[in-house]
Amino acid sequence: MTGQVDATQRVRSMHPQKFAMWLFLVSVVMIFISLSSAYIVKKGVGDWEYIKFPPLFQVTTVLIILSSVMMHFAYISAKRNNIKHIRIGLIATALLAIAFVVGQYMAWIQLVDAGHFFVGNPSGSFIYVFTGLHVIHLFGALVFLFIVLGKAFKYEVHSKSMVRIEMCTTFWHFLGGLWLYLYLFLIFNN
Amino acid sequence: MSVTDIQLQEGLTHHNEHHDQNFISKYIFSTDHKTIAKQFLITGIFWALIGGALSLIFRLQLGFPEMNLEWLRPLLGQWITESGKLDAEFYLALVTMHGTIMVFFVLTAGLSGTFSNFLIPLQIGARDMASGFMNMLSYWFFFASSVVMFISLFIETGPAAGGWTVYPPLSALPQAIQGSGLGMTLWLVSMALFIASTLLGGINYITTVINMRTNGMSFSRLPLTIWAFFITAILGLLSFPVLLSAALLLIFDRSFGTSFYLSEIFIAGEALPNIGGSPILYQHLFWFLGHPEVYIVLLPALGITSEIIATNSRKPIFGYKAMIGSMLGIGFLSFIVWAHHMFVTGMNPFLGSVFTILTLVIAVPSAIKAFNYITTLWKGNIVFTPAMLFSIGLVSFFISGGLTGIFLGNSVLDINLHDTYFVVAHFHLVMGSASFFGLLAGVYHWFPKMFGRMMDDRLGKIHFWLSFVGIYLVFFPLHYIGIAGFPRRYYSFTSFETFNIYTDLNALVSVAAILTFAAQFIFLFNFFYSIFRGKLAPTNPWKSNTLEWTTPRNPGHGNWPGTIPSVYRWPYDYSKPGAKDDFIPQTVPYSHTPESNLEYEKEIAGNENITGVEKMDA
Repeated sequence: MTGQVDATQRVRSMHPQKFAMWLFLVSVVMIFISLSSAYIVKKGVGDWEYIKFPPLFQVTTVLIILSSVMMHFAYISAKRNNIKHIRIGLIATALLAIAFVVGQYMAWIQLVDAGHFFVGNPSGSFIYVFTGLHVIHLFGALVFLFIVLGKAFKYEVHSKSMVRIEMCTTFWHFLGGLWLYLYLFLIFNN
Repeated sequence: MSVTDIQLQEGLTHHNEHHDQNFISKYIFSTDHKTIAKQFLITGIFWALIGGALSLIFRLQLGFPEMNLEWLRPLLGQWITESGKLDAEFYLALVTMHGTIMVFFVLTAGLSGTFSNFLIPLQIGARDMASGFMNMLSYWFFFASSVVMFISLFIETGPAAGGWTVYPPLSALPQAIQGSGLGMTLWLVSMALFIASTLLGGINYITTVINMRTNGMSFSRLPLTIWAFFITAILGLLSFPVLLSAALLLIFDRSFGTSFYLSEIFIAGEALPNIGGSPILYQHLFWFLGHPEVYIVLLPALGITSEIIATNSRKPIFGYKAMIGSMLGIGFLSFIVWAHHMFVTGMNPFLGSVFTILTLVIAVPSAIKAFNYITTLWKGNIVFTPAMLFSIGLVSFFISGGLTGIFLGNSVLDINLHDTYFVVAHFHLVMGSASFFGLLAGVYHWFPKMFGRMMDDRLGKIHFWLSFVGIYLVFFPLHYIGIAGFPRRYYSFTSFETFNIYTDLNALVSVAAILTFAAQFIFLFNFFYSIFRGKLAPTNPWKSNTLEWTTPRNPGHGNWPGTIPSVYRWPYDYSKPGAKDDFIPQTVPYSHTPESNLEYEKEIAGNENITGVEKMDA
């Protein structure tokens, strides 16, 4: 057997890993859809407490949008082979994400101060579940981001090697969008 | 979503090159889809034995309530009471674990895990799964989940005992029954791991089917097995995350004191602090998974039998597109019928009617499938291999179990029949036994490809007849018991005067169950003996058309030495008029078979590219 390239093997379709990534996002979507519908069903049953949302959520919303912008900046820089800007973009993204997580935690403290506890009326519990699950996914994305950052420092992220940073960007924008959805969902269904 | 032109598995083209693998990387932490499939199969068989044995214990209690079970003490210890009877709470644990094990570990992981892994790359013409590592991870998550569930069988307070659906508040309150303590916690941990395993597997199956088909393998040329695994994986991807949400909220209620499912409960005269939750909420979430799960269990079996019935009838499958359409239809409908499990939860009767209608609509694609199986068999040159017998058995169970589904889908009748043995009889036939027969049919049919040897034909046939007759003897009488009003999950009926006339029938069911279980040891012997001592298998023992039979007897890690074969036709060209043989494999181009080509195929034959060099618009 020679190590020849298998001509019939050429597959012209989406990169399997990227495709698998999208499928993973589908399963995450299903988790949040099911929790949203549980929220609506529970609210329909009655015995529902009105929630005063912590003002910090507005700050964290801005933070996560900014981090998405920086992520996209890094992605475009990778396309243009601007190694320095990739690193700056990724580091800024990571810092903004960490600020977001800290912000969410402080928002929890504000929630507790407002008298909405994790244990108590489900209307309050749901907020902790939504934000908590979102942050857990964000931790996963952060790990991924650090892997890409490591690769960026080894000059392994550039216009000819985009798969990782593309996947990371997809995941990142997805989580940003997910937070916007959750925030609006909670406000409109209060 | 960018589209890229990529080169896959370059490293794998060194097929027959000598590459040493040590025992661990070859048989334990293997990334080869064939080895992972066998791991799923062996683990599934292990669980099937345990799940079956548990059912025998509670069948003894139901069939022979006066029996002294002292002889089980060495096995069950304190679960046998002073007077030699089965502990009543442990009875509940037995039915719970029997259900959980059979539905999830045997018929989901054991069936989908085995055959999706084994057949997808082999039948679509790929070297391996899209991600071998994820595939390995999928098995080991399943393994970890199995270990946790297995441990829960042996803890002092016993395994989970709230029924396989683990409805709160029973499952949420440790003070309710012993099984809702540590056993329930372990159940939830195990299921969380199981869901991770299923999602990893499912993502892999879908990606592989979509992205890694060989040249010419269009969706309209996919074997029905692959269609079934593909749709099953999509169902799993959409429904298992919902079970995860349900389980997560249950974990919070149990361990953190939240009130998602709990409200205004008094235990021993004392009010619990939980206010504002709703146990019905859990049922909605659970059955949103639970109903598609029925089809996650059943569809792979239907796919497997489609393939086996066409091959062994020596006829093209009747209604290939109708088969695909009905599977898609069943898959879609399975997501909008969940509340037919909840007719007695006090739902709005109008809503009940809506779910009744949607449920009854499922009869249409199901009937199409049954019709197509029978018409494929009609006037075929049937070869009765054990796999074929089990497939025909599946069709029988599918029909007789499906008919009672029409009864149960009606909210009016279901209010009467709900939670009786009628339901037990229904789903054991249509989902349990049918899928189990699909699993066995698959093992008999693909054993030569898995282990390079043949299973014994005669033992297979004996196994079939004993199982087939045994299963009907077990589950058919349960319909009568159910109509008479026996509720399921009751420890004993001896204190109800009305039910005494059924004592003999219950004893018959138990004896039949024991014999059916015993018959499975014929299979076990045949299976393990044939792995080492069976007759060497020819490369294409069933004269089948699909790609897996073009591999060597023992395919290496890469499946085909040299290039992967291209595909030129659909997989069901059996007994084509004019053809030399009664089968034409998918790898034979139309231009090689001028004697049997139909009008439109002559046109395709003229445009066929058989040089192996790919055209851009192919």
